Amino acid sequence: MSAIGYILMIIGALFYVLGGLGLVRMPDVYNRLQAATKATTLGTFSLVLGVGIAQPVWFVKTLLIVVFLTITNPVGSSVLAKASYIYGVKPFKLSKNELDKLYKSRGDENADN
Amino acid sequence: MKKYLSTFITLWVIWIALTSFAVSEVLTGLLVSLVLAGVISKVVDYSFDFTIIPKLFIFVFVYVPVFIVEMIKANFDVAARVLNPSLPLNPGFVKIPTKLKGNVGKLTLANSITLTPGTLSIDADDEYIYIHWIDVKGETPEEYQKHVSGKFEKILGGIYK
Repeated sequence: MSAIGYILMIIGALFYVLGGLGLVRMPDVYNRLQAATKATTLGTFSLVLGVGIAQPVWFVKTLLIVVFLTITNPVGSSVLAKASYIYGVKPFKLSKNELDKLYKSRGDENADN
Repeated sequence: MKKYLSTFITLWVIWIALTSFAVSEVLTGLLVSLVLAGVISKVVDYSFDFTIIPKLFIFVFVYVPVFIVEMIKANFDVAARVLNPSLPLNPGFVKIPTKLKGNVGKLTLANSITLTPGTLSIDADDEYIYIHWIDVKGETPEEYQKHVSGKFEKILGGIYK
């Protein structure tokens, strides 16, 4: 049983490495957030659940941690992306921008890039 | 009153899950939840009744497996993009129509979109969710929706209003 736990922890660590690599390689803040959010969420998932499986006493607690992370982690990155956009961080070679109209119609002066 | 009871039950369940099922813990949790629910229920704007039990069942056994499969796919997608030397990107901000009206339903949908391949939800208004998409496919909002949130929208539509 604990072997499965350790394997899950190693998989989690590998996803963290991928997330870090994405953070370095992606060209702008939005693409970086994408890589970082997905990799760290699944990384934490499997790391924390791995701990829970290696130590079955903690399993319910780790499950609860995973649930809270799944709710809060994406909200954090959404808000970061929104704040960057409103502040005026330039996106990397956009093929489409429908967000522009939304902020224009709301009368937000900072989002006119 | 309904809000108070919903908050109270949520808090109590979390307390018991975080500690253990011993009598002393259950009683302490009862007291703490009774007091805290009085404070918190004025701020929250959600409540549930007995229909939550079948809904929770659908949520856990239909939605969660679909979601976990999509999340693992998302990670392999990110891995493939990051490890590819030429960085295949075609990013864009697009809007996706949604029929969900409630706050909790929209939050769940937006979170699911964020954790699935190539998309990151940024903002929402009454009818649309605005996303950053790493690899835009299609031309109209309906086509986008089919790619991004089609599966989730169907399941969540049965759970939330």
